[in-house]
Amino acid sequence: MDISTHKTHAGAPAPTPQPAATRTTQRKHAARGAARGAARGTTRPGDRIFLGLSRGAGILLLLTMAAIAVFLTYRASLAISQDHGNFLTTFEWNTNQQQPVFGIAVLAFGTVVSSIIAMVVAVPVAVAIALFLTHYAPRRLSGPISYVIDLLAAVPSIVYGLWGALILVPHMNGLFGWLNDYLGWTGVFSWEGGAPRSMLTVGILLAIMILPIITNVSREVFRQVPRMHEEAALALGATRWEVIRMSVLPFGRSGVISASMLGLGRALGETMAVATVLSPSFLIKASLLDPGGGTFAQNIASKFSEATEFGRDALIASGLVLFVITLLVNGAARLIIARRKEYSGANA
Amino acid sequence: MSTAAIADKRSSSLRGASLPKWSPYAIALGSLALAILIGTLGGLHSRIQWGLIAGILFILGTYGISARVEGRRQAKDRVATSLVWVAFLLAVVPLVSLVWTTAQRGVKVLDVYFLTHSMGVVADTEPGGGIYHAIIGTLQQVGLATLIGAPIGVLTAIYLVEYGRGRLAQAITFFVDVMTGIPSIVAGLFILSLMLIFKLQPFGFAGSLALAILMMPVVVRSTEEMLKLVPNELREASLALGVPKWRTILKVVLPTSIGGITTGIVLSVARIAGETAPVLLLVFGNPFINNNPFEGAQASLPLYIYQQYANSAGSGAAYDRAWAASLTLIAFVMILNLGARGIARWKAPR
Repeated sequence: MDISTHKTHAGAPAPTPQPAATRTTQRKHAARGAARGAARGTTRPGDRIFLGLSRGAGILLLLTMAAIAVFLTYRASLAISQDHGNFLTTFEWNTNQQQPVFGIAVLAFGTVVSSIIAMVVAVPVAVAIALFLTHYAPRRLSGPISYVIDLLAAVPSIVYGLWGALILVPHMNGLFGWLNDYLGWTGVFSWEGGAPRSMLTVGILLAIMILPIITNVSREVFRQVPRMHEEAALALGATRWEVIRMSVLPFGRSGVISASMLGLGRALGETMAVATVLSPSFLIKASLLDPGGGTFAQNIASKFSEATEFGRDALIASGLVLFVITLLVNGAARLIIARRKEYSGANA
Repeated sequence: MSTAAIADKRSSSLRGASLPKWSPYAIALGSLALAILIGTLGGLHSRIQWGLIAGILFILGTYGISARVEGRRQAKDRVATSLVWVAFLLAVVPLVSLVWTTAQRGVKVLDVYFLTHSMGVVADTEPGGGIYHAIIGTLQQVGLATLIGAPIGVLTAIYLVEYGRGRLAQAITFFVDVMTGIPSIVAGLFILSLMLIFKLQPFGFAGSLALAILMMPVVVRSTEEMLKLVPNELREASLALGVPKWRTILKVVLPTSIGGITTGIVLSVARIAGETAPVLLLVFGNPFINNNPFEGAQASLPLYIYQQYANSAGSGAAYDRAWAASLTLIAFVMILNLGARGIARWKAPR
């Protein structure tokens, strides 16, 4: 019925005089069509099918998110209800025995520590590289380098893992020895001489991995700094560093923060690079140099093959915690970005 | 500033004194020479320590000399410049090392035999074997994931740009953003929980589903950006001619932005092709050739690299294969990236 309506509607040239009956029906249909059109934006069947498809895809995406949360929670609850230890504070992961005992304390500690190291190393360097590309590098260099950094962001994490385990780890011996000699007294940098497959190595590898993404986002933000701000500072006699400090960094601050949080989200969830480099143990150690510890993702990857069905549920429970943490971090990053968009409305 | 004013004799009093252009090089040479002197006298063997001492001397020297001649503000500027350069060079070292090592070690066993044979009868610690089964697995899993993820992603983006208003669109936008940050292993665990419920054994398509989840938000994001670039005048012109909205989208909006959309899809394919964690959980790995992604464990390139590394027991042959597979994977990802950029340039709206 709608088809006929719209054929008439679209086909009839408005000013042509028509028999009274047709005209009234047409007007009635047109009015109804217009009312619905105003309410929903579409009336033709093709339009409705297309809207349905595209809206359906969007809803499917939301459902997927919901399903991830629901199914992970369901399987996790199966495991946690059987846990004979405290899920949050136990320093153990034994799921294959008669009375399973497992807890995420060590994993949470390791995940947080390795990510913090990664952020401390990566963020200043990434910001410096972004500044280099936008304000220091000769223009002829800056283009190709940005391009290469884009490509490096696409290198798969397993390749970083392989490189980290076979190349980076042997090269860490020197640094570890030096740290132990001069800073060993702090306890944090003491080293018993084991293979340097420790949290510090993991943190440095993660830093190298998230460097390209933080650099890319920061670079884009620095590029958007209004030219006027910089020129105004230069006109007042500011040096290049003062221009950066007075106009570039304040403008880019929230952008850099959100870029860092995107990098943090990656570091928190990184699996393979940590699994190849770290030699794990279920202990919390004060020293960052001695091997041991673990992260959520690494623990899932290394315990998975030997896990029974119950063991897999327990791993899903730890994955749920990781899921919630990354949701919070990414949500916060997005909120900061959204707020920045409002402010940058005046980008003259 | 007073020293600067005194030092400046030849030019007008409006300009402060400045160091000659060659001064950074001179300071660099001087500090390097001094560092070598300190190193040899102090009996330091490590070249890295020499480099560090030279770097510190350079920064101190620059600051001191520049502060004396040009004033403190200029000195700070020079130090900031050298720090930025140092950070850049520092970051280049590992990234260059990564690419260089992979290329150099990867070419050792990478040949036609390696690309066309599986690991079927080869123990992980022995030389020989290849990655044919892994290439098949990766192509099938990524292909199926793209078939699912790309249409859903593009349709969602169309909804958000062309139709989306109100709460639903807001919710979708927010959750797409959040979904971009889901760790790949969590997507894998989600499919795993479904497999546990339905008592399924690992198979290739399960991996595709997880990869599709990782792919969708990326496609939505990039497609959305591209659709927003299409000028509204084009849509209005088409609608004014009486063309229905859905045909306007199909015949005007999409063709205009098709280059950008394809680029986004190809980039997301490149991203999921390197994912290991979900494949490890869901596809499990298989040394034999399995051409059916819907039944039985399969191999995949990233998983192959991990398993060659983990099962090698320190064997050089396994490491060689892992590097060669890494080189293949990087080459695949880079070709996709370059191809995507090529499409973007070729199809760019003019």
